[in-house]
Amino acid sequence: MATIEFTDVSRVFQRDGKDFLTLDNINLTVKDQEFVAIVGPSGCGKTTCMRMAAGLEFPSGGTVKVNGVVVKAPGPDRAVVFQQFALFPWKSVYENIDFGLRSKGMALEQRQQVIAGYIDLMNLKGYESAYPHQLSGGMQQRVAIARAYALDPQVLLMDEPFGALDAQTRVVMQEELVKLARKNPRTVLFITHAVEEAVYLADRVVVMTSRPGKIKEILDVKTIREQENWDRHAKIEDVMDLASFVHLRTRIWKSLREEHAGTDH
Amino acid sequence: MNERLSRAEFWRLTVLGTLAFLAVWYLARVLHLAPPQFLPMPHEVLLRLIDLFHTPFAGHVLVDHMLASLGRFAMGFGLAVLVGVPLGLMMGWFGWLDDIVSPLFDSLRFIAPVAWVPFAALWFGTGIGGPTLIIFAGAFPPCLINAYRGAKNVDIRFLEAASMLGVGNFRTISEVLFPAAVPSIIAGLRIGAGLGWMSLVGAELIVASSGMGNLIVRAQSAVATDIVMAGMIAIGAVGVVIDILIRRVETKLLKHRQS
Repeated sequence: MATIEFTDVSRVFQRDGKDFLTLDNINLTVKDQEFVAIVGPSGCGKTTCMRMAAGLEFPSGGTVKVNGVVVKAPGPDRAVVFQQFALFPWKSVYENIDFGLRSKGMALEQRQQVIAGYIDLMNLKGYESAYPHQLSGGMQQRVAIARAYALDPQVLLMDEPFGALDAQTRVVMQEELVKLARKNPRTVLFITHAVEEAVYLADRVVVMTSRPGKIKEILDVKTIREQENWDRHAKIEDVMDLASFVHLRTRIWKSLREEHAGTDH
Repeated sequence: MNERLSRAEFWRLTVLGTLAFLAVWYLARVLHLAPPQFLPMPHEVLLRLIDLFHTPFAGHVLVDHMLASLGRFAMGFGLAVLVGVPLGLMMGWFGWLDDIVSPLFDSLRFIAPVAWVPFAALWFGTGIGGPTLIIFAGAFPPCLINAYRGAKNVDIRFLEAASMLGVGNFRTISEVLFPAAVPSIIAGLRIGAGLGWMSLVGAELIVASSGMGNLIVRAQSAVATDIVMAGMIAIGAVGVVIDILIRRVETKLLKHRQS
C-alpha cells in the first residue's frame, strides 16, 4: 500500500520582502497503484507539488504525507525521474542504475539480476558500459526510468520526464511507459504540460489553475479507458484517434484555455 | 582582441618574444649596464647548465639536486593533496566542519610559506620534516579551497538524485562530490604544485646539503651568478614538467565527460 496525500497544502515564496502565494489549498489523494497526472500552465506550481512529495521542497502550510507519514526528506521509497534526467556523467549506464541498489545494501548477485532485468525491459542491452553523453536523449531518459524502477519504490514521481525529448522519441517513451506501468503498477505522480500525454498515461488527470496554483478539476480517465478498452491498441496514435480520447483531451484543453485567458496580459 | 591566432603566427610571435628578451639581455652587457659577475650572458648560463649535469656543485651533480628537491616536493605536495582534497570536500558537504575549519584556515593561509621556516626547523628539523612542512604550507591552501569550491558548486540535480537514491554521506562525497569537483580540484592542484615548488627555495634554505634551493644559495655565497641562473632555469623547467603531468592526469580523469 502506498498513497500520497496532500492536505490543505499551500506554498509561499518571498521575493523583495513580499510574499507570493504559489500554491493554494491543494487537496489531493493519490491512491495505491494509481497513476495521477497533473497538468497546468507553466508556473502553476505543479513541479513544486511533485518535489514536496519527493521531500526536495516543503509546504508553507498543510501537510504532504506518503503512506500516512509526513514527508521530511528524500528517500529511495519515492523514486524521482527528473526532467533533465540527472544521470551521473562519470558513471556508466550500469553504474548509474547500480548506485541506488548498492546504497540499499543489496547483494551483488541480486543487483546484477535486477539491473539486467531493467536493461532488458528498457531496451538498453549492449549499452551497459556506455556513458550518458554517448547516448541519445531518449536513451538517457530510459536509463533514468530504469534507475528509478530498479529501486523498487512504492511511489514514482516524474517531473515532465519527456519534456526534453523530440516528438518521435517522446511517443515511443510514452508507449513504453504505458506498458511498464500496466505490467508493473506503482503509485505514480506524473507532472506534464502535455495534455495528450496526461490523458494517455494517467488514471486521473488533475487540472491546475495558473498562479496561485489551485486544483481546478480532477478528471477520471481510467473508467473511460476501461469502458472503451483503449489498451487494445498498442500505438498511441490509434488511442488518440478514439472519440472518447478526443473528447477528454478537448475538455481538458478548454479548461486550460480558460486559465490562459484569465492571465492574458 | 581575442581572435585566435593561427599556429604559424603563434610560433612566429613566440620566437620573436624570446629573441627580443635575449637581445635586451645581451644589450645590457654590451652597453656595460651590469658588470659580468652580476649578469652572466645567456650562452654562459646555458653552458653552465649543461656543465652542471656532470660537474658536481655543492657536492652533487644537477640531477641529484633535482631528485633531492623532487623528493621533498613529493612529500610536501602529496601530503597537501591527501589532506587538503578530502578535507575540502568534507567541508563542502558538512556545514559544521566548514564552521570549525574555515575561520582558522582563513587566518593562516595568508602567511607566506617561507615565514614557517623558523618553526619548521624547530619542530621538524632540517632533514625531511622541515622542508616538507614549508612546501605543504604553500601547496595546501589551493588544494583545500578548490576542493571546497568544487564541492559547493556541484550541480544541485546530482545531489537531489543522490539523496533520492538513498546514497549516504560517504558515498555522496566519494562518488558524487569528488568526481563532480575534479576540474576544480585539478586547477587547485596545479596552483598548489606551483606554489609548493616555488616554496622550495625557501624550504631548502634550511637544508644544508642538497637540493635546487640549496644549490642556488651556495652559488650565491660563491658569487657564481651563472650557476644561480642555471639553477633558476632548472627550477622553472621542472615546474613546467610538473604542471604538464598534472594536466595529463586531468585528461585521463575527465575522458568520460561531456565536452
